[in-house]
Amino acid sequence: MPPLKMNAVAWGLLVVAGLAAPFLVYPVFAMKILCLALFACAFNLLLGYTGLLSFGHAAFLGTAGYVTGHTVKVLGFQPEIGILAGTATAAALGYVIGSLAIRRSGIYFAMITLALAQMVYFMSLQMPFTGGEDGLQGVPRGKLFGMIDLLHPLYMYYFVFAIFLPGFWVIYRTIHSPFGQVLKAIRENEPRAISLGYDVEKYKLTAFVLSAALSGLAGATKTLVFQLASLTDVHWHMSGEVVLMTLLGGMGTVFGPIVGAIVVVSLQNYGANIGEWVIVITGTIFVICVLAFRRGIVGELAILFKR
Amino acid sequence: MTGIFGVSIQGLFGQLLVGLLNGSFYAILSLGLAIIFGLLNIINFAHGAQYMMGAFLAWIGMRYLGVNYWWALLLSPLLVGAFGMLLERGMLKKLYKLDHLYGLLLTFGLALIIEGLFRYRFGISGESYPVTELLAGGKNLGFMFLPKYRVWVVAASLVVCFGTWFVIERTKLGSYLRAGTENPQLLQAFGVNVPLMITLTYGYGVALAAFAGVLAAPIFNVNPVMGSNLIIVVFAVVVVGGMGSIMGSIVTGIGLGLIEGIVKSGMIANLLSSAFDSVPVAGSIVYPIKLLLSPEASAVTIFVIMAIVLLVRPAGLFGRER
Amino acid sequence: MKRKLLSALICAALMIHVGATAGAATKVSDGVVKIGVLTDMSGTYSDLAGHGSLVAVQMAVADFIAKEKPDFKIEVISADHQNKGDIAAIKAREWIDTEKVDVIVDLVTTSTALAVMKVAKEKDRITLVSGAASTPITNEQCTDTNVHWTYDTYALAVGTGKAVVKQGGKTWFFLTADYAFGKSLEKNTSDVVLKEGGKVLGHVLHPFPAQDFSSFLLQAQSSGAQVIGLANAGNDTINAIKQAAEFGITPKQSLAGLLMFITDVHSLGLRATQGMYLTTGFYWDMNDETRAFSKRFDWDNRHKPTMVQAGDYSATYHYLKAVKAAGTDDTKAVMAKMKATPINDFFAKNGKIRVDGRMVHDMYLAQVKKPEESKYAWDYYHIRQVIPADQAFMPLSESVCPLVKK
Repeated sequence: MPPLKMNAVAWGLLVVAGLAAPFLVYPVFAMKILCLALFACAFNLLLGYTGLLSFGHAAFLGTAGYVTGHTVKVLGFQPEIGILAGTATAAALGYVIGSLAIRRSGIYFAMITLALAQMVYFMSLQMPFTGGEDGLQGVPRGKLFGMIDLLHPLYMYYFVFAIFLPGFWVIYRTIHSPFGQVLKAIRENEPRAISLGYDVEKYKLTAFVLSAALSGLAGATKTLVFQLASLTDVHWHMSGEVVLMTLLGGMGTVFGPIVGAIVVVSLQNYGANIGEWVIVITGTIFVICVLAFRRGIVGELAILFKR
Repeated sequence: MTGIFGVSIQGLFGQLLVGLLNGSFYAILSLGLAIIFGLLNIINFAHGAQYMMGAFLAWIGMRYLGVNYWWALLLSPLLVGAFGMLLERGMLKKLYKLDHLYGLLLTFGLALIIEGLFRYRFGISGESYPVTELLAGGKNLGFMFLPKYRVWVVAASLVVCFGTWFVIERTKLGSYLRAGTENPQLLQAFGVNVPLMITLTYGYGVALAAFAGVLAAPIFNVNPVMGSNLIIVVFAVVVVGGMGSIMGSIVTGIGLGLIEGIVKSGMIANLLSSAFDSVPVAGSIVYPIKLLLSPEASAVTIFVIMAIVLLVRPAGLFGRER
Repeated sequence: MKRKLLSALICAALMIHVGATAGAATKVSDGVVKIGVLTDMSGTYSDLAGHGSLVAVQMAVADFIAKEKPDFKIEVISADHQNKGDIAAIKAREWIDTEKVDVIVDLVTTSTALAVMKVAKEKDRITLVSGAASTPITNEQCTDTNVHWTYDTYALAVGTGKAVVKQGGKTWFFLTADYAFGKSLEKNTSDVVLKEGGKVLGHVLHPFPAQDFSSFLLQAQSSGAQVIGLANAGNDTINAIKQAAEFGITPKQSLAGLLMFITDVHSLGLRATQGMYLTTGFYWDMNDETRAFSKRFDWDNRHKPTMVQAGDYSATYHYLKAVKAAGTDDTKAVMAKMKATPINDFFAKNGKIRVDGRMVHDMYLAQVKKPEESKYAWDYYHIRQVIPADQAFMPLSESVCPLVKK
């Protein structure tokens, strides 16, 4: 199948599966998958298409969650405004962290993002409005546009899907735009991109801020879904988890991170029943994945189809 | 009370001494990581788990087989080192030509498996390893009580660290290692068995982690997560020192211990308080900085330092740009 | 007074109502009472709760069936909440929606407990919290579908703080874990210390989690305080105690563990912990009843029940009895029945569930034995004092729980 047609099929599948999901699986579970899938796709924009491994992406997910939770719960914002506030904060934080981090590359880039994210984590633990390790509990879902009661699981689900779809579309369009082509050029050969006259730093920073903002959008939505913002989302384990989702699904493939998110979230959710073994099993998946399926699930499938 | 900023001179001296003790742990752990990264180009995320294995083997040996501390100090690193070599032969070998990312992810997965298995068998509360008779007790220095065991830890780690540095930088064997880091193909062409050298190097790095684990067993609670709490800090030490730099990791490890000691004493936070708290606007501007330098923030201190160092000296304090 | 009378009348009315239906079969939704044990199976608290909590709940169910011969079926399911609020919340929701779980038991950390309590309240199901410690569970964030069974930070702080001051430990210095739980533990304790005529000389916050406590211990040492209060938990407490001995701080200054479980003492050994005071809701070796329970509990000859696990048994059994007595598993009726019936089992004597959801029962002040006093495995505590239920927990007059109407 030619790639374009394959993408169209995948899009169709995505929309149909997304619309049908709440009738097939437990709605809150589906919502969590959508949020983390958006997070992973945003992360993939940076890792898969720009070649930048950020090890601090949880900072954006978590910060946006806290801001949304606080504005909705304490300041009484409408849910849609709260989400916008969270996303905007994540974008601003992305600008600050991004401008510092893009000055270095490779493993150093990863380490700077980790360092700054650790500071964000510490602040999240300290600031009074986050509720420390108890988390920001009991965030009301509120009424969308003052009309639709989001406490209803189906309404909430389609609201989340209506956030996910454009978010994902933005990433898709970015990848296939001239801007995305430049990003890929930077990933493949940075000195060459510079010599062609591109302002590489500016491109990297734009990609970083975009990725941070979309991660924030995911985090903000997640807070409304669970009605809670907690330290889990700012912890470096979450930054590691998003790497796992992306790698497992297929780094640098458009749909890979979604598949990765489905697998990881399912593992966590159904893994909750295997108790003590969940850590060992996660570790084993990591090892098998790195040794045998480095292209990830979608990457390997794509090659299978091309034959 | 003779004091600066609420901490007496003796108190500060005590804090620095304690910092040195911690620093020697950081040094020996980051040294192992640095050696592995230097030759294998692999970021060994399993280092913390291997450190934990070292401590646990010592405990298992004592509990079930009657192996004493000194034998544990020798046997535990050997066993864990051998285990490391098996991992290298079986798995890591396949990743050398790939991006750093894969080595990091593989060893991360291995760390999870090892930790999970220990958790399953030994529970999470951990076990207690007694200080050996010979090193029990301590000396009262007047301003603080100095446990003999901690002095031994500093001495042992410094000897091992500088011994390792000497071998790598000043001997023929070390010159092979350095050559292998620069250009393995060429070295292979000269008839050196490079794959074997790589396996042994990984084994040695892992053994260092286990050695640190045995040293730590009488001080810290021996439990399955003792390493994963430490690993991120040790990473930061290696990055600040310069990835792969032997001297860098030793000096940075000890230096970090000292700085942490000062931060934990609360001296800097007190200093900032006394200087700025009365000034209306500056007080609130300085507040977040003060927070980052307060004792409870001592776990983030290293990350503040790392961010600053990487922005000023991209390759770390002792590293070279590759 | 009026209020008390009123509630007594309501209870009486309910009992008459129940009496009328007692002859009929119990009306249980979808034919089965389902108990969900949601706990930390793999993390930091998996020893003091974890698999042992599941064992305790299963024992309670088996005993209840054997003794009370109920006419309804009972099922137990369990899951690992990994100490993450969102995972706990999604599991609880899913259990209630798809598995039709009626009651959720255990819940270790405060963040997971609060998250699940919110879900249960919204869905009108019962939560029986045994693992989590913070007072907001029955205070600011209380719900009318929750019971906090075993202990809380207030009970521990008051018990230990009072006793230590009475023993002559007048001056205190706190080593506090830098998070809300540690800070509230410190505040509760220092309030008691001041009230009893003691003095607080200072405190130092340490990061959570921490490995090395020597810096903080040196500061505690130079404060010259008689007592160093450890306002932290788990591994942090263990490491602090271990290193205090190493630096010659104990026995010159004494330590007070403000949240310690028997598993912590087991892991540290008696040499490092001897003489320490701590407050507990349950000790396995108190009397024949507790010993009998503990013997049956020990599934692989390596475990004795912690207070959390014993509390899980007690809570589950009490819940099932209330279902039988109420003749239904309807949340409101069962909660009313649970609150109306005193708890009398090996865990609690004359325990009562208050309107804010706090189960009040006697707590015990324990002192850790010297190594030579310990005669057999897990022989760790002298029970020095029984702290009566009405003094052990935060009085309702201080509560800000909206269910408590003043």
